[in-house]
Amino acid sequence: MIGVELAKLFRRPRTYVIAALLCALPLTVAIFLATTRIPPPPGQGGAFLSAVLSNGALYPAAAMALVLPVFLPVSVAVLAGDAVAGEASAGTLRYLLIRPVSRSRLLVAKLISLVAFVLFAIVSVLVTSYLTGILLFGVSTSSAGVALPPDVTSLSGVTISPAGLALRLLGTVAYIVISMLGVAAIALFLSTVTDSSLGAAMGALAVLVTSQVLVTLDAAAAIRPYLPTRYWLAWVDFFRDPVLWRDIERGAGIQLVYLAVLLGAAWANFLTKDVAN
Amino acid sequence: MIITHDLTKRYGRTVAVDSVELEVREGDRYGLLGPNGSGKTTLVRMLLGLVFATRGEIEVLGRPVPKRIQEVLPSIGALVEGPGAYPHLSGRVNLTLFDAAGAGGRRKDRRQRVSDALERVGLAGIDRRPVRNYSLGMRQRLGLAGALLRQPQLLILDEPTNGLDPRGIREIRDLLDELNREGTTVFLSSHLLAEIDAFCTRVGVMDRGRLVLQEDLSSLRAPTGRVTVGSPTPERVVALLDGRVEHRDGEVLTVRHDDPGALNAELVAAGVTVTAIATERRTLEQVVLDATTTSSDRVEAAG
Repeated sequence: MIGVELAKLFRRPRTYVIAALLCALPLTVAIFLATTRIPPPPGQGGAFLSAVLSNGALYPAAAMALVLPVFLPVSVAVLAGDAVAGEASAGTLRYLLIRPVSRSRLLVAKLISLVAFVLFAIVSVLVTSYLTGILLFGVSTSSAGVALPPDVTSLSGVTISPAGLALRLLGTVAYIVISMLGVAAIALFLSTVTDSSLGAAMGALAVLVTSQVLVTLDAAAAIRPYLPTRYWLAWVDFFRDPVLWRDIERGAGIQLVYLAVLLGAAWANFLTKDVAN
Repeated sequence: MIITHDLTKRYGRTVAVDSVELEVREGDRYGLLGPNGSGKTTLVRMLLGLVFATRGEIEVLGRPVPKRIQEVLPSIGALVEGPGAYPHLSGRVNLTLFDAAGAGGRRKDRRQRVSDALERVGLAGIDRRPVRNYSLGMRQRLGLAGALLRQPQLLILDEPTNGLDPRGIREIRDLLDELNREGTTVFLSSHLLAEIDAFCTRVGVMDRGRLVLQEDLSSLRAPTGRVTVGSPTPERVVALLDGRVEHRDGEVLTVRHDDPGALNAELVAAGVTVTAIATERRTLEQVVLDATTTSSDRVEAAG
């Protein structure tokens, strides 16, 4: 069943269109930066953006910071919202279930195909932005490794080896996958509740937007640590020296709790649901 | 093959299926008739474990449903309320994915299985066009091919000839006929009398969620105790048989009589020319109209 879900994901033109759009955003930003050479003032604009002008190798990290807050969660919410509701409204859900595919296995396969999508999207963005970065900004040729940008590390002159950079990028990818799984779990749960994929995606986005607003609201400080988007940008801490684990651990923990609760709810709901569509 | 007991499904306050006692025997060609909205589809969905009953028991292939539905489903092929397929993929890819999704069925034979199923339903020549561009009839055939992938013992088909032209309907009926002779039990639901009349040997009639009738078609079509007689001189027949003529329509008369042979002899002996003579039987349409009340898609004014 997992193979079938993956085949469905990668045989669908939609998957590539979304990935291409995700890649297009950092590319556009890079072209503007490279032609004007006007860096955003330190502390403003996306993380790493002012640093990439001197070192293109950091551009993948900057690209992550660009797509993560809005673009990536939107695409994950759309796909996850469509996962069950889309099959129901296309009339294929009932044919899968009588094949038979057990409802639990179907849900697990859907989740795994969402992970595959997130990985595919992130890797596409990383690869294209790395190439863009090197082509447009060039690489600083210091053999000692990559200098971490001061606006992120608040320490200038720290350098990490290319292997270290790769490791940190790997950690970033893992952290973003976990964050996006939280989004996927919300949308997947709603997808088992309604037969409208648009409704499920909308619902998940409403949760995220509300969470984003509350994160910045001091009056909501009491619940801030439990908001799903609170630690989304904590992956930046992978690029500090030494790596600052506190927020990363908390963020991953919160996402895992959301994941467990919402998947449990989705599972319980889907298992007892009348498939009358 | 299928036995239900007191099967009931409520949606809120509406009762979609009401205390249904269905019995489908092995080898049957069972036709479930009923107007739109009479609960046929909900009943079929409950048999397949898609919808959960509010009350009552279901047994399919000797096992309780939905409790052991996973053991039952591999032996069932089904078409539920229209075919479903991924529109951007070709028919062949669709079947391959559905085949791969289910347990059983060796991977090695998959291509062959899909080809066989497509050939059986008359889609052997389909190309790589996506299902999006298929006609309704082609989609229906594709859905049927999906139901036949695992050579099921029991076929549950909800409105199987929807969207097919007369020739297509005939082809599908021949296919079902062939499968039934090979030992497949066929359970089909339809609102089309003619379809059930032409194919089934046993019929159930649903009306507003209730199974109001369930019987062998042969006993339903029992003689009515009347004989229809055709004669170019109907007034002579009326004069001869006196009060026994119940109805006259041009040259065709309906006579109360048990034995067309004896009646024929009587008429011929009296010198009356007889052009046609036959026992009158109840038509399925008459049976259904007697058993059902009103079309459920009719909305009457209250009071």
